[in-house]
Amino acid sequence: MNQTTSIVEIRNLGYAVSSRAVFAGLDMDISRGRVTAIMGPSGTGKTTLLRLITGQAVADSGSIQVAGTDMRTVRRADLYVLRRRMGMLFQNGALLTDLSVFENVAFPLREHTDLPERIIRQLVLTKLQAVGLRGAAPLMPGELSGGMTRRVALARAIVMDPDILIYDEPFVGLDPISMGVILRLIRRLNDALGLTSIVVSHNVQEITTVADTVFLLSGGKVVARGTPQELQSYPSDVVRQFVGGLPDGPVPFHYPAQDYFSELLAPGEDH
Amino acid sequence: MNLIRELWKSLLESLRGLGAITRFLLNLIAHTPQALMRFDLIVQQVFNSGALSLVIIMLSGLFVGMVLGLQGFQLLQRFGSEEALGVAATIGLVKELGPVVTALLFAGRAGTALASELGLMRATDQISAMEMMAVDPIQRVVVPRFLGGIIAMPLLAAIFSLIGIYGAQLVGVQIMGVDSGSFWSQMRASVGLRDVNEGIVKSCIFGVACSLIAVYEGYYAVPTAEGVGRATTRTVVTSAVVVLFLDYLLTAAFL
Repeated sequence: MNQTTSIVEIRNLGYAVSSRAVFAGLDMDISRGRVTAIMGPSGTGKTTLLRLITGQAVADSGSIQVAGTDMRTVRRADLYVLRRRMGMLFQNGALLTDLSVFENVAFPLREHTDLPERIIRQLVLTKLQAVGLRGAAPLMPGELSGGMTRRVALARAIVMDPDILIYDEPFVGLDPISMGVILRLIRRLNDALGLTSIVVSHNVQEITTVADTVFLLSGGKVVARGTPQELQSYPSDVVRQFVGGLPDGPVPFHYPAQDYFSELLAPGEDH
Repeated sequence: MNLIRELWKSLLESLRGLGAITRFLLNLIAHTPQALMRFDLIVQQVFNSGALSLVIIMLSGLFVGMVLGLQGFQLLQRFGSEEALGVAATIGLVKELGPVVTALLFAGRAGTALASELGLMRATDQISAMEMMAVDPIQRVVVPRFLGGIIAMPLLAAIFSLIGIYGAQLVGVQIMGVDSGSFWSQMRASVGLRDVNEGIVKSCIFGVACSLIAVYEGYYAVPTAEGVGRATTRTVVTSAVVVLFLDYLLTAAFL
């Protein structure tokens, strides 16, 4: 296995969706054992980048190495072996709705191991305890709030003791308390379990409190990288616009369109 | 000219769809041996598709049988051969109405449930989550549902025919006064193994067709509310047309 400090190495990545380039020449190194945040305006392909890192999509050019595995040439069987070492928290939790909370967390264990029921029970209850939801074990996913759903999904993501834990927009639609809980869990799980955490988010204030390193994406490239403090004073208009939440700037307020007045004055035609 | 081009385009489109669903079927068959190792998952799906459809199948079977009893009695009375009611109703039910009506009801009850369940699983990232947990969703989710449907359909069709015959007997013998002895004995003398086989083969093939269409439409549904709705509708419509078309082919083959 690659013993360098980077667990994910992306070089000159190119990826296009129906001939629209999402990434062109993206480089990124994600360090082992740290919390790395990937930020950027909506539509810059943050989630797409996660799909490429996890092998749910394949890059057009360049290279992506995850724990020493080349994600562009990996075989399906090897990909599944690699994924057992990855945990992923989806935006909406993605719990299996026909299984209880307990069974959702037990799902990866039941699928991949022959552990006796007693051990499975212990493992599941420990992970649920870690996210503070041991008491919710018998509930069904439909009975949980948004924050609880995400914490159960987090327990499920760590039940196989992964090396890498990936969070896709973990704060969307959460109240401040749930958000604080998730933030603390990201840091605590990362340090206690010796994980590498990758967090995709656009919540500037929240993420800068937990991240060790921040990558800011825009226009298919990394426009800034550094610690959260470094980013606050980064000498770039895009970064200033994003961090300061300014409505207009290098990322335009208006979607590309023809000239405003000529369109208003044009004789009516159906769109 | 435009019409021809449109027709050609839709012909190509349907051929492409046929190719895609065939490939999907081969993929399902390839995963079947491994899926059979987890038989508990298949049993669960036989329960979902089969046991939960029982009430609608039994009720429909009863009414179809009763209508057959009435209509058959009216018709046979004209020729003075009411005793043949048992034969007529049984042949009609076992060879045609049992498999066909069951398949149509199955598509409406279990097929739509399968399609919308799979479509929603995709829309809510449950399919992606499984892939991220290194669990093959085809093997874990799709194949058990497919096999469950295939097992459930012939059983449901058999129950439908059985209840139907009871319904025909109820109307013919109990109400219209056909002689009970000749109703049953003529049936036993004239309905052969060949007739029953035809019904079994038909319902098995309809089971494959309906389950395949449902899981295919659901698994590849566009992951939006509209997409899942459309997949559900298409499941019923396609299943109905395919079942009636296959029914004609199979009936011709069994002649």
